[in-house]
Amino acid sequence: MPENQGPDKTFRDGLAEGQINLQQCNDCKKFIFFPRVLCPHCKGRSLTWHPASGGGIVHTTTTVRRKPERGGDYNVCMVELAEGVRMMSRVDEISPAEVTIGLPVTAFVGEIDGVPAVLCKPVED
Amino acid sequence: MGDQLRGKSAIVGVGHAGFGEAPGFSAYDIMAQSALAALDDAGLKLSDVDGLFCTMMEDAMPVLMAAEYLGIQPRYVDGTMTGGSSFVNYLTSATLALQAGLCDVALICYGSNQRTASGRLVTASKLPPYEGLYNPRYPISAYAMAAARHMYEYGTTREQLADVAVAARAWAQHNPEAFERGALTREDVLGARMVGDPLTTRDCCLVTDGGGAIVMVRADRARDFPKAPVYVLGAAAASSHRQISQMQDFTVTAARDSGKRAFAMAGVTPGDIDVVELYDAFTINTILFLEDLGFCAKGEGGGFVADGRIAPGGALPVNTNGGGLSCVHPGMYGIFTVIEAARQIRGDAPGLQQDNVELALAHGNGGVLSSQVTAILGAASTV
Repeated sequence: MPENQGPDKTFRDGLAEGQINLQQCNDCKKFIFFPRVLCPHCKGRSLTWHPASGGGIVHTTTTVRRKPERGGDYNVCMVELAEGVRMMSRVDEISPAEVTIGLPVTAFVGEIDGVPAVLCKPVED
Repeated sequence: MGDQLRGKSAIVGVGHAGFGEAPGFSAYDIMAQSALAALDDAGLKLSDVDGLFCTMMEDAMPVLMAAEYLGIQPRYVDGTMTGGSSFVNYLTSATLALQAGLCDVALICYGSNQRTASGRLVTASKLPPYEGLYNPRYPISAYAMAAARHMYEYGTTREQLADVAVAARAWAQHNPEAFERGALTREDVLGARMVGDPLTTRDCCLVTDGGGAIVMVRADRARDFPKAPVYVLGAAAASSHRQISQMQDFTVTAARDSGKRAFAMAGVTPGDIDVVELYDAFTINTILFLEDLGFCAKGEGGGFVADGRIAPGGALPVNTNGGGLSCVHPGMYGIFTVIEAARQIRGDAPGLQQDNVELALAHGNGGVLSSQVTAILGAASTV
């Protein structure tokens, strides 16, 4: 992945290609999110991009209530990916009321309003 | 703020304006009315003010706009923006500036007309880039996810959250300045419209107009004013994140850190505090802050607030004006925690004045549980 551009662009370029990429610190080995130019944990400056496994778990969740005529209720959640980073996301394929803390999910690249976004769906049995 | 600043500054005037609805008044009008009320309370004039501490949601340089509106040229200004906690944070910077001789009369002020201007929370904050896409309702969704996690980890119930709102309303019912004074039951809160699970409209703070102001001077001249001085015994700030997705533990706020340092500086413990004024933007806030400030153990906040413990007549008076849930919430409530704490110490609280208040805690919250600032205020007997 190109190193001569900002980390936000690298992340978004990945999404545009259907890929969730995460930075890992070469010093403390922790993954980080959101993309940035240093490791917030050990302050290391050397980071390498890796594709995320897609495994995750719902850390906490809420249903945003919205009138049916404006599109109805929808989910907003925090997903903790297997790499140990947490990000805001939305669980699709089940109703918002069925999204519970601890739910195992698979993160994938979908779209919100035409923009590539990390979304989640329940892990298939 | 170090121990050497304990008791070195004092609040000698407080004021407010525009509580509830102030139709036709701009946010700066309400700020100025509040400032004038606080200066009248202190027996001072605008021309005495040489230190200005202000932030507003209206534009990018509110402290300059405020100075211009008031027609003053302060020699020290601070417009640090940490959300609703900003005004509690200014207690520290005003104390520093006063103590260093950078100013002699510090005015902390704020105003908002969000209710009559827009009917909803006005915020200059843009949604962070990695969150905005998911269309969380700012800031409710963030607090809802903190509440959900607290319920999951500690078995906190919606009924316990509701009891926070019921207690706030019970205080407000005795406060003629409070905006919402109608009866409110646990069932009313639970049955109100759900806005972001598990929070209903009644778990959320009000949307009102309103402004507040505080006048501070060095302690050595604090007795020269009409009202009894209220001393800043301890003040400390802590911040843990800006975006809710970056909050490390959704059940623990940086109030644990700010509170610890504020208590250490003041040389008192939670058991010494007579009244507690917390920024209750949502019912979960009160529970989190009571835990993190040491009034009860982590995870026990739900049980602690149940059955009227923090309501009038309960063991611990919390948000004695009715709080942001029932008294006033113009967008950044923090300044009102300080004003109510000061009035309880002076003995001229507008609602239920508690007996013999010597020590009060004021706690501000900013962002989405992001910035926490704790102040401990005391009567002359505590310095």
